[in-house]
Amino acid sequence: MEWPGLYNYWIAIFLMMAGLYIVIAQQNLIKKMVGLSVFQASVFILYITMGKVTGGTAPIIIPGDDVLYSNPLPHVLILTAIVVGVATLALGLAIIVRIYEAYGSIEEDDIEKEEENAR
Amino acid sequence: MSHHLVVRVVSKLLIPYILLFGLYVQFHGDFGPGGGFQAGVIFASAFILYALVHGLNNARKVLPDHWVRIGVALGLIIYAGTGVISLFLGRNFLDYDVLSQNPVSGQHLGIFAVEFGVGLTVASVMVAIFFAFAGRGHKIDEMEG
Amino acid sequence: MVLTVFLIVKLHNLFAVVMISGIYSLLAATFFVVVDAVDVAFTEAAVGAGVSTVLMLGALSLTTRTEKTGTRKPFVPLVVVLLTGGALVYGTLDMPVYGDPNAPIHQHVAPVYLEEGIKETGVPNVVTVVLASYRSYDTMGEVTVIFTAGIAVMALLAVGAGGRRRRKDGEDKA
Repeated sequence: MEWPGLYNYWIAIFLMMAGLYIVIAQQNLIKKMVGLSVFQASVFILYITMGKVTGGTAPIIIPGDDVLYSNPLPHVLILTAIVVGVATLALGLAIIVRIYEAYGSIEEDDIEKEEENAR
Repeated sequence: MSHHLVVRVVSKLLIPYILLFGLYVQFHGDFGPGGGFQAGVIFASAFILYALVHGLNNARKVLPDHWVRIGVALGLIIYAGTGVISLFLGRNFLDYDVLSQNPVSGQHLGIFAVEFGVGLTVASVMVAIFFAFAGRGHKIDEMEG
Repeated sequence: MVLTVFLIVKLHNLFAVVMISGIYSLLAATFFVVVDAVDVAFTEAAVGAGVSTVLMLGALSLTTRTEKTGTRKPFVPLVVVLLTGGALVYGTLDMPVYGDPNAPIHQHVAPVYLEEGIKETGVPNVVTVVLASYRSYDTMGEVTVIFTAGIAVMALLAVGAGGRRRRKDGEDKA
């Protein structure tokens, strides 16, 4: 098997798992959001590398030339996903800001403690 | 941030070019990389830069809140309206073939209109989100000095 | 990119974490240029490295800057992550290799878009054609999602501390 072979998937998986680890293991809500965006970027990388054709070029047609193009379909999907991603990120951050105002903390265990006390 | 003279002068120089570049990306997206999504973000970043340097209240004077809210809705209406127009002209929803004399230029026109709607919504939403975040805090307002 | 991810995990200063995540986005954008996705790289550079960093800094200025050092044990998450990662790597063994022109993804609709796109619309950028014409229902859905998210952020943050003036506006209209 020639290089890069399957390495592109493995890099995407490594980044994905790093994002998942941040989301599971960290207590800080903003750091969790950063972890989610790392996870998200790894999915983008997975899609985009699948669309690559060796020797291909960017899918903007050059008329009259016989050129090999990379697959445009994943590009379209990811293009919209990035912008939707930032919109949802903003929504998450807005919720975090409201949580901070309600509980005075963005650490998960502090919030849980307050919930316990309130009960 | 009024004491940061260099930042203010440089941002004043840059903002027109950022806006111009946003328009270029919007309307040249058919031929090169670009399109409504990118152009919207670039366009919004010019206003965000203005708000960071000159303070939120000045930015709100340049781009009042109700304009931003109108833009958010208007972009989506342009997008869906393009589809409805083609519906009224006797074709499927968002089938652009009938928007002009021949299908090719009709498609081109449809793509143009739809991308414009996308750009308007994305730009307005980004500005609205930034204004919402910045308007809540006191730290960014303090920077006005 | 791998290094930046390690730094994001390790650092406790949230300001630094946000900055490094911006660098991570910028690296991803350069990577997208290398694999021919120029439109995507453009978006990632503008959105990931620009707007989302600014938004995170805005959120930081409204909350706190440093994180408490964690008391949770990292052992269980690590095991979960390793198991999931192992399963995924096992799953990739059947995938087509990188850049293979005969991979299933390149066989079905993409050639049609590449050949017919410019004939049917006169627009050379295939990504724009697919985005706005062939898949315009999808894109309308995405725009609606952005619209909804914008409305939701306004609803969450525009009331309360900073929004007294705006609530008065609403009453005037009502």
